[in-house]
Amino acid sequence: MSSTTKLFGLSAAASVLALSAAAQDPVSLTIVSWGGAYTASQQHAYHEPFMEMNSHVTINNDDGSANALAGLRAQSQAGNVTWDLVDMLPSDAQLACDEGIIMQIDHDAILAAAPDGTAPTEDFLPGSLGECFIPQIVYSTVLTYRPGAFPDDAQPSSIADLFDTENFPGRRALQDRPGTNMEWALYADGVDPDDIYDVLSTPEGVDRAFAKLDTIKDDIIFWTEGAQAPQLLADGEVAFATGYNGRMFDAIEVEGMDAAIIWDGQVVEWDGWVVPADGPNEELVMEYLYFATDTQRLADQAKFISYGPARASSAELVGQHADLGIDMAPHMPTNPDNYFAPIVLDNDFWVDYGDELRERFANWMLQ
Amino acid sequence: MSQADATQAAPPKREKLVTADGTPLRKALERANRRRKLTALALVTPLLAFILIFFAFPIAQMMWRSVDNPQIVNALPRTLQALETWDGQGVPDEPVFAALHADMVEDLERPRREQAIGPLGIRLNYELSAARSAISRTSRAVTDFEAPYADAFMDAHRLWGQPELWRVIKREGRPLTLSYYIAALDREYDEAGNIVQRDENRRIYVSLFGRTLALSLAITFMTFALGFPIAYFLANLPMRYANLLMIAVLLPFWTSLLVRTSAWIVLLQQQGVINELLVNIGLISDDNRISMIYNQTGTIIAMTHILLPFMVLPLYSVMRTIPVSYTRAAKSLGATPWTAFRRVYFPQTLPGIGAGGVLVFIISIGYYITPALVGGQSGRMISNEIARHIQQSLNWGLAAALGTMLLVGVLVLYWLYNRLVGADSLKLG
Repeated sequence: MSSTTKLFGLSAAASVLALSAAAQDPVSLTIVSWGGAYTASQQHAYHEPFMEMNSHVTINNDDGSANALAGLRAQSQAGNVTWDLVDMLPSDAQLACDEGIIMQIDHDAILAAAPDGTAPTEDFLPGSLGECFIPQIVYSTVLTYRPGAFPDDAQPSSIADLFDTENFPGRRALQDRPGTNMEWALYADGVDPDDIYDVLSTPEGVDRAFAKLDTIKDDIIFWTEGAQAPQLLADGEVAFATGYNGRMFDAIEVEGMDAAIIWDGQVVEWDGWVVPADGPNEELVMEYLYFATDTQRLADQAKFISYGPARASSAELVGQHADLGIDMAPHMPTNPDNYFAPIVLDNDFWVDYGDELRERFANWMLQ
Repeated sequence: MSQADATQAAPPKREKLVTADGTPLRKALERANRRRKLTALALVTPLLAFILIFFAFPIAQMMWRSVDNPQIVNALPRTLQALETWDGQGVPDEPVFAALHADMVEDLERPRREQAIGPLGIRLNYELSAARSAISRTSRAVTDFEAPYADAFMDAHRLWGQPELWRVIKREGRPLTLSYYIAALDREYDEAGNIVQRDENRRIYVSLFGRTLALSLAITFMTFALGFPIAYFLANLPMRYANLLMIAVLLPFWTSLLVRTSAWIVLLQQQGVINELLVNIGLISDDNRISMIYNQTGTIIAMTHILLPFMVLPLYSVMRTIPVSYTRAAKSLGATPWTAFRRVYFPQTLPGIGAGGVLVFIISIGYYITPALVGGQSGRMISNEIARHIQQSLNWGLAAALGTMLLVGVLVLYWLYNRLVGADSLKLG
């Protein structure tokens, strides 16, 4: 190596050092979420503004949420945690929390207060916070139907109609798991939404739900992946389909599918963040969480997808859809017009009884 | 070559033979041989290491997981000791509850990552529903408990007053367990500790194993029925046409699995292309559209298509090597075309059928994406359950037990095949 190139190399190294001293070292955060329209809504509402404020941060999206529980455990057992933040359901978060593979969260200490100073534990919707879980959105599983499948003067309007094959014939697409289906069976059988889990905790209640499901069994097509439900409706394969309200909104309002949502008996659940224990960039992740779960950011997400913000203070800030320009408030699960008979999913119940009921449900499906 | 010839030709007095530089020929040969063996070993080492690390080790780990049972032993050492004298009837006495209290309090003082209580609750819940919330609810209050502890625990959660929970703790309080295998066989322990069949409406795995076997056999037969004529046709075409058509056979290999599966949905569903066509030409009425998807039929059709190349390729390579003159000779000796095919041609294709059949069967027995998408409720296979336990319910012990049973089942079937047909007759290409 000649002396000139050596000198050049030295000065280049020095300038790199000087640069990194001026700005911070570049960091990349790996954020795991559900992919598709949902990750896109987070990208617009959270990631992009955060990266603008912190030019040294790059956020990488990983669409691994469907298998996040297995991923978190595998990373933790291998002692090589590469995920910084994971978007998951509260029941999965509870399992991961019990295992000690995600961090416990002190919500008031690490999250932003509402603009009027209300503490986070007061501002987030009742029952949404978990030991290790920070909610972002309220979503719901709703019954959707194809208006063309029924005469104009006899359109379905309730969960009871799903179980009424005489007046509302046609096939039904239901998810291949007991959750939602068992709740609806009892609700259609006359159980008050508030009592559903008490009834379902008893063997008689479970039998009652299966007896009700038996009445429509021959008309059911079971779906596995979230995208299948709108697809089956759009293809005219089924008259009814259960689905996530955000996907159904997308299919109806954005794609123009001919379908309508029945808000009666919507099964309401949260979705939110958990922080893997021993993640690589804990401090920065906390900074991100403080920013991305504040009142304005949660309201912003609703511009891109029809899931309701998990903070009470965000509700009035929900505006119009970013592309369509329609008001988003009427499409929120939490809108009073839609929230008249909600069934709030009881995660504790499903973590406790899920295994047993899933076995029974699988057995029932196979018969 | 010349050295080998020399050895073969060597008379009994071979020790007298020397090479040009004076070393005995035998030694020179050995050295050359050793070098060749080392080179061969060096070439194989990467593959061997790869197989060990990515294949043998994970399988061993999976088998270990299916019996590994550390959760209760880690969390409740004192309680298990106190339970030793308990006879399994009624609720244990106060000393057991005091030991449980001591165990839980000590555990909660550890750093969170080392706490054993969370995994304990999850483990117990596999055996007894709601045991998880019994543990988590109790652990939130346990530091405030005061003697007598029995009452305090039973106030915190009703399950502490039920002998069933205590029986589970005592029975599973060992470092190794068979309970995952028992669950995988649709069995459970009764009150007296005997293994009995599960309640009828909770049995799923045994029938799923049976169905997986039946579906895999059906798929294997279908690929044979469709693949044999194709392979025969290709093998008897001039090479250049055969190669061209072979691309058509291989095309499914080069298309994404999801695209292929979606294509079948478009074709087979009730509002799909085939049903539409049948209705339009009046073969079936609009109300009686055929269900060809979201059931076993869907799984068999889609998987037969996907696995067809695995049958055609070995068959084709075997048929290529069968001289036409054999069949011709049979015919010239008076055999009818059918007899010539049945007694002369077909037996020679058996190695290809065996290879293709084993390949298709073993691949289809572990398939899960396609059955999940087109199988509806009746076209599911055991691998769908294994995937669910790995990814969603996080019950890796049960998944490992199911996986081990599947592995052993396949090995047994292969052993049977070997006994009946002989693995050396396989010809893969």
